[in-house]
Amino acid sequence: MKKLACLLAVCVVCGAFGGCDVQPTKETVTLNVYNWGEYIDDEILDVNALFEQETGIKINYKTFESNESMYTLLESGAAEYDVVIPSDYMIGKMIQEGMLAKLNFDNIPNYKYIDEVHKGLEYDPNNEYSVPYTWGTVGIFYNKKYVDEADLAQGWDILWNEKYAGKIFMFDNARDSFMIALKKLGYSMNTTNPAEWKAAYDALAEQKPLVQGYFMDQVFQKMTNEEGWLAPYYSGDGANMITGDDGNEDIGYFVPHQGTNLFVDAMCVLATTKHQKEAEQYINFMCRTDVAVANAEYICYSTPHTEALELLDPEVVNDPMFYPDEEVLDKTEVFITLDDKTLKLQKDLWIKLKCLRTRPSWWPFPS
Amino acid sequence: MKKRLSAAPFAVWMGIFTVVPMAIVLWFAFTDENGAFTLRNIAEIWQYSGTYVDSIWMGALATVICLVLAYPLALSIARKAEHVQRTMVMIVMLPMWMNFLLRTYAWMSLLEENGLINHLLGQIGLHWSIINTDAAVVLGMVYNFLPFMILPLYSVMAKMDNRVIEAAQDLGSNNWQILRRVILPLSAPGIVSGVTMVFVPAVSTFVISKLLGGSKYMMIGDVIESMFMGDGCNYNVGAALSLVLMVLMLICMSLMRRVDNGEDELGGMMA
Repeated sequence: MKKLACLLAVCVVCGAFGGCDVQPTKETVTLNVYNWGEYIDDEILDVNALFEQETGIKINYKTFESNESMYTLLESGAAEYDVVIPSDYMIGKMIQEGMLAKLNFDNIPNYKYIDEVHKGLEYDPNNEYSVPYTWGTVGIFYNKKYVDEADLAQGWDILWNEKYAGKIFMFDNARDSFMIALKKLGYSMNTTNPAEWKAAYDALAEQKPLVQGYFMDQVFQKMTNEEGWLAPYYSGDGANMITGDDGNEDIGYFVPHQGTNLFVDAMCVLATTKHQKEAEQYINFMCRTDVAVANAEYICYSTPHTEALELLDPEVVNDPMFYPDEEVLDKTEVFITLDDKTLKLQKDLWIKLKCLRTRPSWWPFPS
Repeated sequence: MKKRLSAAPFAVWMGIFTVVPMAIVLWFAFTDENGAFTLRNIAEIWQYSGTYVDSIWMGALATVICLVLAYPLALSIARKAEHVQRTMVMIVMLPMWMNFLLRTYAWMSLLEENGLINHLLGQIGLHWSIINTDAAVVLGMVYNFLPFMILPLYSVMAKMDNRVIEAAQDLGSNNWQILRRVILPLSAPGIVSGVTMVFVPAVSTFVISKLLGGSKYMMIGDVIESMFMGDGCNYNVGAALSLVLMVLMLICMSLMRRVDNGEDELGGMMA
């Protein structure tokens, strides 16, 4: 019994000290921020450290790899975050499910710097829940040595051009691949019409014999090594493919004339937060011009910040890969959350496509 | 009593990590999203029948190639002096010290159009387009699972009594007859376990087809994986798919065991 009492006493003491450790003074607030990996400047101008230094608010910064993994973690309630930076369609889904808090824009005066073009998009039509952080488009990377520039006028159809059979890569995810097929056919990429999805499937099935493989990040290495000549991918990653350390200067980029996907990653505050004011303070800080410039230069994705844009390297700003002109932007579409029925159809068609044999398997060796 | 006690840790392990998960797979396979009993998942699998056939075919092909490569090798290792045997077994196992994924990545850069192999072949004016085909997938399977065929074969052959072979020689058998009538029947248990250890992981693999096959043709393992990941995932169909795969593999294995038993009887009759 005595031993037990001792143990209890130790526990109590430890607990007390432990408590002290976490909160030395009552005013210190810890803000939990959840963002994509490699998606903030933590080297040149250490953004989070600067915020801590200026405000005395502690930042607990964690990163995720995909919208889906972020959503799964938050929905399970296993972790509590205050600020998250998901993509457009996921923000739409989280708004629908009441996971996000309405923002008080009085606390975010720097919101005025965000370009009007990026406000009021389908996922958050009334600008109540999100502040755009970065954006980009999907286009086609091509190798100038092998691809005839005259063929670029075909737009998405260049990926169906038999001239380039075996040298074409596609996305290894359903949403982006179907976006391409739907756009090629002139449909909306957010369509809920099953007939249009089936038409898109037929187009992808027709394309399959020409495709060398379906890849995500491996596309960098495959394109720079000239394993293939044509690959649709995200514009922001283009910097690495072309001008990066292992980049290949022969690679070019264009946005097909049929229109494409415009994606936006935006800052949101979770409904469960206990520090909404501090979270808004953080978002406001991220929209401050010097911070926005530092982030834009570090991440290489396009920034929606009008004043930062003027301070960036003109070579980047004038590059249509990162900042396409009005004509291109007018034809872009943002992903919105699909209903469950359409999601299931998309999944089924995608697996059907990936299982489809365009040559027999009984003799797997090249003829 | 003592025996039972010593088996307890294993029994507990099996219970928690084999029996319970299997029960969960069964449960998911026969229920819908709301947990009500249904056979719909099993019915939905019909559309993947072609993928099952392809995966089993490619797994079987890899297994046969492994057997053809491994059998003479295991035999020759087993006939060497003991210290040579130890070194050679070590060499067989050496690649297994490196991560499976890394080795497959390495194969990817070896086989690519502008990869190392084609670079060397280019020196003598040849070119081998294999990356992102089924052949590359089968090659990846053979490479990755070959040690699992060699080791059981070797361990059975090393235990083979040399005097049996000498007796056959004394009785006037030629080398072919010794191989056919003596060594082959005696090494049958090694063949059975080797084939099992290669066939089962080969059929259900999902990384090799992604890296070496360009993710172009899904194997059944890829389909199962995708049922548990991403948008529109469906645990129930995924569980039903794995259940059917398990049943199909059990059927394949029992067919093989039957062939093996038949051969034993045949060998006995001929002796």
